[in-house]
This record gives sequence, C-alpha cells and structure tokens, in this order.
Amino acid sequence: MEQNLFLIFLAAFIVNNIILMRFIGLCPFFGVSGKLDTALGMGSAVLFVMLLSSWISWVIYHFILTPFGLVFLRTATFILVIASLVQFVEMFLRKNFPHLYTALGIYLPLITTNCAILAVSFLNIDYEHNIIQATIFSVGTAFGFILVILLMAAIRERIELAPIPVSFRGNPITFITASLMALAFLGFIGFLGLAI
Amino acid sequence: MKHFINGIIKENPVLVLMLGLCPVLAVSGTVRDAAGMGVAVIFVLTCSNIVISLIKNWVPSQLRIPIFIIVISTFVTINDYTMQAYFPELYKVLGVFVPLIVVNCIILARAEAFASRHSVSASILDGLGIGIGFTLAVVAMGAIREALGSGTILGKTIIGESFRENSVLLMILPPGAFLVIAFLMAGMNKWVKK
Repeated sequence: MEQNLFLIFLAAFIVNNIILMRFIGLCPFFGVSGKLDTALGMGSAVLFVMLLSSWISWVIYHFILTPFGLVFLRTATFILVIASLVQFVEMFLRKNFPHLYTALGIYLPLITTNCAILAVSFLNIDYEHNIIQATIFSVGTAFGFILVILLMAAIRERIELAPIPVSFRGNPITFITASLMALAFLGFIGFLGLAI
Repeated sequence: MKHFINGIIKENPVLVLMLGLCPVLAVSGTVRDAAGMGVAVIFVLTCSNIVISLIKNWVPSQLRIPIFIIVISTFVTINDYTMQAYFPELYKVLGVFVPLIVVNCIILARAEAFASRHSVSASILDGLGIGIGFTLAVVAMGAIREALGSGTILGKTIIGESFRENSVLLMILPPGAFLVIAFLMAGMNKWVKK
C-alpha cells in the first residue's frame, strides 16, 4: 500500500480529525479544554507520547508479535506498553529535562487513559503503515488533536461570558460547540472522502 | 437489586457520569451498531467484574491497576475474536472501537470502585446494571440519530417515505452525534438531576 505521505498527513490532521470525525480522545478534549495554556500543555504531551508509543508498538507488533504468532495479545501488550512508557517518560523527563517536566508533568499520567494514543497504535496496524507512514500518521493525528483542542479552548474562554440557558450550561453547550466545529470540518471531506 | 437499578438511571455512566463517551458518539449512527456495542460492553464489564471480585483478596494494592487492565484486556480480546468470527459485518463497522473497549473508562472505573470491594453476586448485578445503562444511552442516541438522519429504525421506515427521502442527513454524520448528546444532557440537567 503505497500512499502519498502528504495525503496521509492531511487525512490524519484535518480530514479524518481524530476528535471531530473519529470521536477518539474525547475525555481530555472536554476535560482540559477550559483554558488555553492547559490545552497547549495537554496537546504537546499527546504529541510527544503518541509519537513514541506508535514507534514502540509498531516495532513490537512487527518484530515480536507477528513472528511468534502472538497477534491475539496485541490489545494487552499495547496497553501495558503505553502505561509503562508513560511512567518511564515521566521519570526520564523529571531527571534530565526538569524544565519540560514542569510544563508537561501533570498531563502525562492522564495520557495513559487517553484512547487516542492506543487508537493510533491500532490504526497504524489496521492501515498496514510502514514505519515512515506510521510516523507521519501519528504526527498528523497529534497535530489534529492540538489544533482542535486549542480552537475549543479559545472558544470556551468566550463562552464563559455568554448568557446561556441554565440547563445548557457546562457540558451541553460545549458539545454543541463541538458539533458546530465538526460541521465546519465536514467541509474538508471533499479533499479525500471519509475513512470511517 | 439496588446495585442493578442504580447503574441504569441514577448513575447512568454516559448521561450522568459522562464516562466512556468516545464509543457512544462514534457507534450511535444506527440502532444496530449501537446495540452491538452495548452488548460487547455488557459482556466485558460483567466478566471483568466477576473475575476482579474473585481475585480481589490476592491482588496487592500497588499492582492492582495493571492487573485489572490485564483482566479487562483478556475479555476484550475474547470479545474481539468472537465478534470477528460471528458478526464480521458489525465488526467492520465498529472497527477500532472494539479493541478500544479496553480503555473505556467505565470498565476500569467499576473494577476499581465496585468490583474490588464487593462480593461476586453484587459485582455481577453492578456490571449488568451499568452495562445496561450504557446500552440504553447508546441505543437511545442511535434511535434518535437513525430516525432523524435516515428516517428508519433498524432499517424499517418509521416517519414516512417522503421524510426518508429528504432526511436530516446531518444527524448520521459526526456533527449530529455531538448535537444529540448535547440535547440529551441538557434534558437530563432539566428533568432528572433535580
């Protein structure tokens, strides 16, 4: 399956945006999109871990699970690898890059439960990406995540001041905002077509 | 019995606790997909609740989360392969969301908050209750989206032929999912919570 790398990036970044089109990674999207700087912190932590975990899970799948016929263990393996990876990254950053650690620190543990990370590992395998395509795909997905979470945070800072009916305050209005954003993103489908 | 009812209404995992939203939005395009996802979640949740409440006395508390995750992923894998073998069409539609049940927060939350502290029978009821609560929410979403988006429920025309031909296509596309859940939550806020 030879695909244009730029198309893979564009598809992952905008057209099949992981949050608005695939509905993956909604918990952090609604959880930490209240303020612009926390959204940026979460986004960069996701970029970092997503890239590492997609490399590691790709290598494990193609060099350990497939040769030994253990493909049925992929769910258990990937989730454990990601959980321990996050733990390891946290320790490594705290020791060697305290600056980066203070910036990303609190978001790292939250990432273990972020289904976007696991989903990218699975999608890389489902789409039969090679290592370069997998890299491009995970970077594109992570940028898509950052773009949408930043847009959402900026909109939510405005919503705080707007008059909203009582029963729509909080989550419902956020979902409606997400719906309108998804509507706008739907316009990009014309580029490549919907994957799901 | 109390545990069973609790999960369906008062602690409905989706509409009240807001857990496990990703699959709810993603697979609620039609009633059939929604029900398939619901059954898969009931299966994984109940089985993992049973096993976790059986082993709760032997699990060291520092290691409990990884152990719970291994138990859950075992059942997710069983479910994954069963679905692939017997319902290949459904499996294709649900796609990556079948293995992603393993990170569905509902399941780990119930393992941690309920099954590791209660007896086996209570955990079974809790698993079934929460699972059915999840299924009801996702099927309700599926019914609304399918009825408005394609004018059918389970493939049967319900509102009328002319509506079916000019249905609100938006509802089965991604934005419709966010819109429907926003209105369901606003309704819960208004009528159920207080």
